[in-house]
Amino acid sequence: MTTVSEPGAAAGAPAPARATPIHLPEQSLRHDVRAVKVVWQREMIRFSQDKVRILTSLLQPLLYMFVLGTGLSSLTRGATGDVNLRTFMFPGVLAVSVLFTAMFSAVSIVWDREFGFLREMLVAPVRRGSILVGKAIGGATVATIQGAFVLALAPLVGVPYAPVMVLVLLVEMLVLGFSVTAFGLVLAARVKQIQSMMGLMQMVLLPLMFLSGALYPLANLPAWLNVAVHVNPITYAVHPLRDAVFVHIDASSQAVAALNPPLTWWGWVVPAVVQVGVVVAAGLAFLAIAIWEFNRAD
Amino acid sequence: MALAPETTAPAVEVRDLHKRYGSLEAVAGIDFEVGAGETFGFLGPNGAGKSTTISILCTLVDPTGGAARVAGYDVVRQRSDVRRNIGLVFQDTTLDLYLTAAQNLRFHAELYGVPRGLVDERLHKVLEMVGLWDRRDSRVNTFSGGMKRRLEIARGLLHSPRVLFLDEPTVGLDPQTRSSIWSYIHELRQQEDITIFLTTHYMDEAENCDRIAIMSQGRIVVLDTPEALKASVGKDRVQITTDDDPAAMRALDERFGVEAAVHDGAVTISVADGEQFVPRLFAELGVPIRSVSVARPTLDDVFLTYTGRTIADAEASGMDRLRSNPMLAARARR
Repeated sequence: MTTVSEPGAAAGAPAPARATPIHLPEQSLRHDVRAVKVVWQREMIRFSQDKVRILTSLLQPLLYMFVLGTGLSSLTRGATGDVNLRTFMFPGVLAVSVLFTAMFSAVSIVWDREFGFLREMLVAPVRRGSILVGKAIGGATVATIQGAFVLALAPLVGVPYAPVMVLVLLVEMLVLGFSVTAFGLVLAARVKQIQSMMGLMQMVLLPLMFLSGALYPLANLPAWLNVAVHVNPITYAVHPLRDAVFVHIDASSQAVAALNPPLTWWGWVVPAVVQVGVVVAAGLAFLAIAIWEFNRAD
Repeated sequence: MALAPETTAPAVEVRDLHKRYGSLEAVAGIDFEVGAGETFGFLGPNGAGKSTTISILCTLVDPTGGAARVAGYDVVRQRSDVRRNIGLVFQDTTLDLYLTAAQNLRFHAELYGVPRGLVDERLHKVLEMVGLWDRRDSRVNTFSGGMKRRLEIARGLLHSPRVLFLDEPTVGLDPQTRSSIWSYIHELRQQEDITIFLTTHYMDEAENCDRIAIMSQGRIVVLDTPEALKASVGKDRVQITTDDDPAAMRALDERFGVEAAVHDGAVTISVADGEQFVPRLFAELGVPIRSVSVARPTLDDVFLTYTGRTIADAEASGMDRLRSNPMLAARARR
């Protein structure tokens, strides 16, 4: 009954050649960049695998534009002048699409935690910041691709494929996607359970969307709503998107004044560059908080 | 920049290590060293402090007292250096199930900064070692539990760590798969200059280690080679059946000076080294022997002797400890 196996039982066989050990380099910027890139690549692989997600995420913008937009247009025909409500809603729907997709990308880090993969990332000899930067750029890319699918529908709502407009919209969506993902990462650092994260997301996403001016113009709002809209960083992403679209559609000056009034701070018309700057600044601030939070956690 | 420590330094060095969670002392002051190239096992029931210790050594948890060095680096002050020199295989899978085996390894290589030119060769080598090279392009969610564990071992080795930590490497696997994992680990010892540090609560697996530390309630109760531990507990039990049992018992008394008794219908004796005793028995007993069996003391006996409990009992009360401490329970779940 002596079935004790000796350690190194195969010692009788000729020892195979020892592997040449690898020497890992010290931490460096180059190493951090590699980490950012590979985290980003993984997001891309996962996104391309999930065809169902791509399709279901398209459903919501379609509903907004073609069902809500069509349904409400009979009510608003007088108010929107020669601009179709669906056309008006188009940039807002782009923003909403990016908002939801980016937030879902950030949630993936909670799934990663649930399935253990986050641990593989957090124990690596690399700055945690580079993992989060990779996640944020990944979320931005995925959200922009999703937004591009919606953008492809532009002619259906009377928006032409103007190359400059398309380029500007893509860049603005990328910026919005980055900031929303960074915001999502801040939440994901604290919320460890996927169910709570889903609930929290619903609670956060809808107010962000409704208070951004994505679905209504910023004209003649009651004071409280006007304040809320101006505090919401998403507003500063929606407005440049709408500016870019309105340049390329035929609209009377009355309609433009009603549907796309300038965004102002105490009477000062905020330039588009500053608006985008607000979104970038908010994104970087959220990313810094997320990095700080993940550095604290073990 | 920290200088690379000499290779003759101990792979793991632990001094008076403590970890306290609230009122519970998960690790209550332990000291030990693991030599380079050794396979070292932590044996004990769940909740004994094995996983907490391994988490401290892997820089995942900070100790509340004492110090530990891994591959010559301090686990608190030289975290990155430690991480570059260790490979980790956790109890729960940490693979991305939606990526292929090769994609999982490439991700790891990039994250650990394995020099680009060496990635392909090394990836081939480790996948070959665990018998998964042919499955490199399959998604991990098509893998069995044993294959996933093998892939994790391959990944833990990808960056040539000096110390490989295996936290319960075979938990949840069927006996056949468990023994195949062990044959991979043995092969690995042949092929790489590596120290293996593992935890287990399977007694039979601890036999594969060069040395074992038995842990109970946050302390190391005893630390030695499996053979020495078993020898310290008692003698081997030799049972023989013969054509003439009374004559055999007389002969044992007269020629070997050992006292025999009949248990379970066989002549039973206790001797220090049963395997060496049996050939003498055949040669010198003078009574025809029909069958012989030698039973060694098991590590179960060792655990019982040193802790006063069987490992199964300890396991049960260990779980109670977990349940009564929500924070630890939450950690255990994660």
